[in-house]
Amino acid sequence: MKHQDILRVVAKLLGPPILLFALYVQFHGDYGPGGGFQAGVIFAAGFVLHALVHGLDETLQVLPPWVLRLCIAGGVIIYIGVGFVCLALGGTFLDYSVLAEQPIAGQHLGILLVELGVGITVFSVMVTVFCAFAARSGGE
Amino acid sequence: MNLLGHFNYWIFILLMMIGFYVLISRGHLVKKIVGLNLFQTSVFILYISIGKIHDGTAPIIIEGDPIYSNPLPHVLILTAIVVGVATTALGLALVVRIKEAYGTVEEDEIHEQDEIHEQDEIHEQGAAL
Amino acid sequence: MDFLVDFALLGLLTITALAIVKLRNLFAVVMFSSIYSLLSAALFVVLDAVDVAFTEAAVGAGISTILMLSTLALVGSEERKPRHSRFLPLLAVGITGTILIYGTQDMPPFGQPDNPAQLHVAPRYLEETPEAFGIPNVVTAVLASYRGYDTMGEVTVIFTAAIGVLLLLGVGFGRRGGDDE
Repeated sequence: MKHQDILRVVAKLLGPPILLFALYVQFHGDYGPGGGFQAGVIFAAGFVLHALVHGLDETLQVLPPWVLRLCIAGGVIIYIGVGFVCLALGGTFLDYSVLAEQPIAGQHLGILLVELGVGITVFSVMVTVFCAFAARSGGE
Repeated sequence: MNLLGHFNYWIFILLMMIGFYVLISRGHLVKKIVGLNLFQTSVFILYISIGKIHDGTAPIIIEGDPIYSNPLPHVLILTAIVVGVATTALGLALVVRIKEAYGTVEEDEIHEQDEIHEQDEIHEQGAAL
Repeated sequence: MDFLVDFALLGLLTITALAIVKLRNLFAVVMFSSIYSLLSAALFVVLDAVDVAFTEAAVGAGISTILMLSTLALVGSEERKPRHSRFLPLLAVGITGTILIYGTQDMPPFGQPDNPAQLHVAPRYLEETPEAFGIPNVVTAVLASYRGYDTMGEVTVIFTAAIGVLLLLGVGFGRRGGDDE
């Protein structure tokens, strides 16, 4: 799509706001609609737009496959890790109250970390699946 | 939605049945997956409508004392939507591999090719004996 | 006014669903499925489910559509004329629909605040969330804390789907002319 100038320029302009909006949705999930899943999908949409307009190879230079594989597992490890840290600190599994001095602060921290884990995994899964499909098409 | 009590549920069941019909009556595998998504989304609408309260508002705590709609169906359906997209992605990956293996994604032609292969294998075993 | 919005949304949803049944050009079918997801996201907002509407719009109208279009690019986008008689699927659909409608006779009327579904744990979640968590979005609190196990299971499901797709379509999608399997 390199010859479609308007498309290319607009996609370049829209990319960073999309990623910024995704981060906003991620961290404001406590105060309004949002949270990990929505943020992960919107973040992936930014990269998919980049791949559609500039070609899969350029996107894979920005986000190499090993980073994606790391993130897929990393999000799940963060989630389960929070559970085990709670266990180690004396509470039950996924009992966030023991993570800080006061229970409310502990719950805040726990929810933040857990949603971060969910967001990272969802983002990397969506980009990986899209790249797997698109690379198949490019190879033939 | 202040129509007669159950009319809403009937419309959602109609949408579900349209999706179900697409799933079982069409032979193209991608169209089956589209019908499955239609079915799933209509089930979500039915489920969310169970949690709605008249004159309620979204379950985000605000000033004052409004009636909040039930947050529990929202949580369950959030999970269900994500599981649905995971199923769709896996199903579509399988369709791509089926196309490469059989050369077609129509259910009838796939069955015909399988039967031909079975016949060939039976003939080969008969000739070897 | 409310009634008009609901009527319009439900009517458009039904028309879109019927169009998906009839059309044989799969590109149009995928576009209609994306429209269906967007309309159902609007319906979710009318039903006060804003988080769900957000997710359905992002996931249904975004990711599902792009994956189906990628598959159509690999597979071809015309459907053959259906060869089998339509009687048996219509019969199955009719029986299932009748049983479901018969089942809704037992359900309480739509939207009443004293339905059994609204009386079990929901009042407890709505009351305890401001004091125990201090965050306004009750759905996030329930998702991440009260029902944290379910969300852990869900993250694992999406992780498994990624592994499945990578096994089917090849892990080495970064290398030029890379080997499959």
